[in-house]
Parts: sequence; C-alpha cells; structure tokens
Amino acid sequence: MSRQSGAHTRARSRVGPSGSPAGALDVDALLDDPGTRIIVCCGSGGVGKTTTSAALALRAAERGRKVVVLTIDPARRLAQSMGIKELDNTPRPVSGVSADGSGSLDAMMLDMKRTFDEVVESQASPEKAQQILANPFYVALSSSFAGTQEYMAMEKLGQLYRDAQRTGTYDLIVVDTPPSRSALDFLDAPERLSSFLDGRFVRLMLAPARGPAKLMTAGFSLITNAMTKILGAQFLKDLQMFIAALDTVFGGFRQRAQQTYSLLKADDTAFLVVAAPEPDALREAAYFVERLTDDAMPLAGLIVNRASPQPSGTLSAAEALAGAERLRRTSPDSLTAGLLRLHADRTSMVERERVLREQFHTAHPQVAAAVVPALAGDVHDLDGLRRIGDLLAKGAG
Amino acid sequence: MSDWPKVRLHVVTGKGGTGKSTVASALALALAGRGKNVLLCEVEGRQGIARMFDVDPLPYEERRLTTGLPDDSGSRGVVHALHIDAESALLEYLSMYYRLGRAGRALDRFGVIEFATTIAPGVRDVLLSGKVYEAVERNSRNKGAQQYDAVVLDAPPTGRISQFLNVGEEVSGLAKMGPIKSQSDTMMTLFRSPRTAVHLVTVLEEMPVQETADGIAELRKARLPVGGVIVNQVRPRDLDAEDLAAARAGALDRSQIESDLDEAGIAGGAGLVDSLLFEAADHAERRALEDSQRELVARLDVPTYELPRIAAGIDLGALYELAGELRKQGLA
Repeated sequence: MSRQSGAHTRARSRVGPSGSPAGALDVDALLDDPGTRIIVCCGSGGVGKTTTSAALALRAAERGRKVVVLTIDPARRLAQSMGIKELDNTPRPVSGVSADGSGSLDAMMLDMKRTFDEVVESQASPEKAQQILANPFYVALSSSFAGTQEYMAMEKLGQLYRDAQRTGTYDLIVVDTPPSRSALDFLDAPERLSSFLDGRFVRLMLAPARGPAKLMTAGFSLITNAMTKILGAQFLKDLQMFIAALDTVFGGFRQRAQQTYSLLKADDTAFLVVAAPEPDALREAAYFVERLTDDAMPLAGLIVNRASPQPSGTLSAAEALAGAERLRRTSPDSLTAGLLRLHADRTSMVERERVLREQFHTAHPQVAAAVVPALAGDVHDLDGLRRIGDLLAKGAG
Repeated sequence: MSDWPKVRLHVVTGKGGTGKSTVASALALALAGRGKNVLLCEVEGRQGIARMFDVDPLPYEERRLTTGLPDDSGSRGVVHALHIDAESALLEYLSMYYRLGRAGRALDRFGVIEFATTIAPGVRDVLLSGKVYEAVERNSRNKGAQQYDAVVLDAPPTGRISQFLNVGEEVSGLAKMGPIKSQSDTMMTLFRSPRTAVHLVTVLEEMPVQETADGIAELRKARLPVGGVIVNQVRPRDLDAEDLAAARAGALDRSQIESDLDEAGIAGGAGLVDSLLFEAADHAERRALEDSQRELVARLDVPTYELPRIAAGIDLGALYELAGELRKQGLA
C-alpha cells in the first residue's frame, strides 16, 4: 500500500505512537469543528456502535451541522427511532430533529447488493453489466456477507462524500461499520484488488480469452484439470467468464478504492473506535487502534460504552461482603445483607472495568477516551438518542 | 442427566458481546465427564480459546487443552482444542481426498488457495464447517485421528449462523454436481440431524433477545436443529420480589437498614443508606427489565439455561464454575 508521507498541515492533532498522552475525548469539539466532515465508528459486535453513530449524528445536527448517517443493519427499534423503514440506499430526512438553525439530519441504511450492482453498472457497458450481474459468482459475491459489506460501506461513503461536495447538502457524514475485524479490510482494498488482478491466477484464467497460447503452461493445465475434477467443468467456465467480465470493470474498482482510501486518510476524517469495558471488546479496540495508527489514519479517540454505573460512597466490596455475612448469620434473609451484596457486586464490576480501561490507556496513552454508562433499556426514540448524545459529551473521563 | 444425550455436535452461537465463546468453553468442560473426549473448535481466527484458557495461540492441529469438569466421583475427561482456518482446511481437504501432489502445490503457487479462501464467496464457510464435520464424522481417510464423544463449535454470531451451516445452499449455486456437491449434501445430513444442536447465547436485553428470536426463526426455516437458549450474565438475585417492588417505589425501610448497618459494624451513616437505597432502586429497575425479557425468552419455547454474571470477570476458575451450572441444569 502506498503510504503518503503527511507533509500537509493538520487542523487536528492526529493520534500516533509519537503523540503525547491524551486525556478526555471532547465529543462536542469534534462535532462542532467544521473541519470534521466524516466520522467513522468502528469496533467489534455488540458494543453499541450503530447506536453511537446515530446519537453522534443527531447531536451534531442539533448543534447546527448538516448531517447524514449511514447505518449498516441497524436493530429494528433503532431504525424506527430514526424513522427509517426500509433498506433502500436513499438518505431520508429524520423528523423531530430540533435544529433551530441550519442543522439537519438524514439517515440511510446500506443496501450492499444494490450498491455493488450500481458500481458494476457505472463501470461496464450495459451488455457487459448484464453478463456480470447474472453470473453465479457475482450473485454470491455481492450478497454474501463476508467482506463485501465493508467494501460497499466505503463505496457508499465515497459516493455520499462526492455528492455532498458537489451539492453542499451535507457537511458531515457519520458512518457505522460492519461488526467485524474485517471492518478494516477496506484499508487493504486497493492493495488486495491490485494483487488479485495482477496475480498469476487471474492472468492465467484470462489467458485463453486473450490469446497467446504460450501462457498455457503445464502448471495451468494441472490447475484447470484439478479444479475440473473437484468442482466440475461448469464451475470453471462460470469462474472464467466472471473474471473475464470483471477484468474490464476492476480497473475502475481499483481507482475508486484508492480514492476512498485517500479520503479516509485526509484530515477531515475522524475515526472513533467503539468498545465495551470487556477484555474481548477492548482487545479488539486495541487491534483497531494499532491498525489505524499503522496506516496513519486520523484516529480521534475511543468510546467505551456500557460502563457499569459508579457506586456512590466509599464502602469497599470486601467490607460490604463481610458486613453481609455478619447480618446473614443472625437473619438469613436480611434485606440489608442483600443490599450490601449488591453494593459489593457493583463495586467489583466497576473496579474491574477501571483496571481494564487503565491497561488500555497504558498501552495506548495517545488515545483520548470517553466513557458512557450503560442505560437500563434500549433506545426507542430520538429522546433516547439525545440522552446518549448527552452522555457521550459528558463522558470525557 | 443431559437434555441432549444424542447430540454429538454442539454449535454455540450468539450476538456479539453476549459471551458466546465463554459459554462454548464452559460447555466443552461440562461435556468432558468421565472418560469422555471433547473437541472445542473455533473458526473466526480470534484465538479466543487460547486466551480463555491462557495457553499459546493454537495451530491448525488438535491439541489437548485441559481436563474436564470432574463428576461426583471425581473422574474427568479431556478437552481438546482446534483452531480452524480456511486455508489450512482447504490444503488438508485436497490432500485427504485428491492426493493432488504436484497439482496441489501448483494451486498454492498460482494463488488459487488464496482466491478460494478469501475472494471466492461462500467457499470459506464450506471449508470451515467441512472441517468441523470431519472432526465429528471421523473416517478412515484421517488415519490415527482422535475420536470424539462430542464436538463444541464456537460458531459465527447469530446473524450469520444459518448461512454458515447451510452449506448445501451456498454450494448449490456454484457446483451443481461433482464431489463437492455430494460432500456438502453429506454435511447437511449431519447438520440437520438430531445429532446436531445449535444453542443460542443471549443476555436479558432487548436487542440480543430480539436477535435470538430472529435467529431461531431463521434456523427453523433452514431446517437446522435449534438447541437451547443460554441466558448469560444474569444479575445477582439478592433481593426478593417484594423488596424489589419496594426499592422501585422508594419504600424500603430506612431505619431498619440503619440499625442493620450498625449491627454489622459498618459505619457510614445516612450517606451510606442513601447510596444503598439509590443502588437498590437502580438494580430493581434493571431487574424488572430483565424479567420482561425473560418472559420473551420463555415464549421462544426452547429449553433455557441461566448463567450468573461474574463480577470479577471470567478466568479459568469461573469457566469451571459455569461448566458446573450447565451440567447441573442439563445442557451437558
């Protein structure tokens, strides 16, 4: 992957191994900065990434930004709370946003297959496009979840950004990413496409169509024979056709992937890594942080969702448990003993989470963080999103 | 006594963050009773098993991991572990079934292996689930391999599980005949049989419970056998229903608590009582939400199992504790 050396000046300090230790993540400053034009939320599954994206988008809109939020597979209730009913790839205005000034919020859900189809249609002649769209390999590739979703989310982001630049409809795009480690695969997309296209396999598959018989090496017939034996002749024919057809449009793919890559690397993008205070989620977050840092992507900070509520007072878990034991000896179902045990439980949860966060901070001192306490219920409406937005802004700590 | 005596393949799925890998590990420990050999496998490349059991990262090779949970007489079996990756699975498959020799190496050299495992759609899932199948249905091709009494799969999340196991469907569009087709049909026969159970892990919150309901519907549509629902991270139940209601209404007996604290020798005064009451009310609210979600889980009409939330986090000791719960409740 070509890594451009960052010679240009930066509006915001970028996180990197050389960065100075950071403290709190100032969410409002990030949202209010007109230089922030793209926010990408990434993290593992089940950490509230989609909700965080939506809450950030709403807060930005209510603070005067013209925002579109691109969500991927939102939970039904969350989609309803923003009034998105269908997955149709079109941004729709969210009603009930109380932006008194210039702010506005549109929301959309990614239609992975349609996005892919559109790219093919825009890159190939109608005839060729038809051929590709009908190929069983394409059908499987464009509707399977592994990998395609990530590429298409970034493709859609690129489209939205170009449209926004042209028309001025939006000045901030918030993107949710698919819940997997491969969510960062888009960073490798240009390189993967190139190495695939320039790889020997593709050249060999294309060889018969292109002519020179000398490419038909002994090695190649070994391969085709083996594949025919295992997969059947039809499989190989479909595959050959697919690769031949895609070869004509892949050049376009590669260029677009490269464009999106530079877009993400630019100063007006901010990556937020979302996590929960659990070992697995924080380990994944560390992976994201390292990956983004390696690629010199503009990482703005870490959001730790679902934190356990702080116990009040200074009674330690051990003291509370000892007290509960004493009470239970005289009255087994003492209410106060129960309360003390609950207090001990809560105190040790919070203590464990604090240790986990500190370990993360020790390993990645340059990453600013915000902590958001767990809400009792799920988000059902804009008010719920607003509450999360408030907590995000207050969560610096 | 286990609720699933016939099951040889336990597939454990769940929404992200619900503790699917923890439950899969605990289940493997629980199944490894006297003289039993259990294989715990993972397919998502995260090395979660190695972390959970605090061992070196696992290779593509079955390894003895640890001993199972002892039964009443103290006897225990063995848990083995396997980290399955698609590339190794493909190479193993090719050498096991086709003895490709030179052609096999050529495939690798020409990037076919990489193409098949990263870009060719669906192939990845088939390779991963194919290896799981092989571990359950050991045949003579894999000479000298360990036979297992049960295989536990730490599977992809709920949203992808039906697609992952429905290999027949994935392959049928691409390979309409030939050995791959018939092999994937054989795999489907196992995955759809009563010897397989797909267990779903959830926590008592709206989104995971909803996703569990959707996942069960999808599994049933794909005619894949739904096992149990494991409700994980259940809050402690130190207060009874009456006290919970009072806590929510702010009607707990203040003076009683004050004198109890005195009796227990805990100083803290009115401030401590206030904070305990506040925590009780908050806990009661969350318990009420849990109860409403528990009712939804009960309506799913599948056997359910409950595991406590472990405030100090999951370590090896906690895994055995959870394994004990699962055995007591009959999942293993």
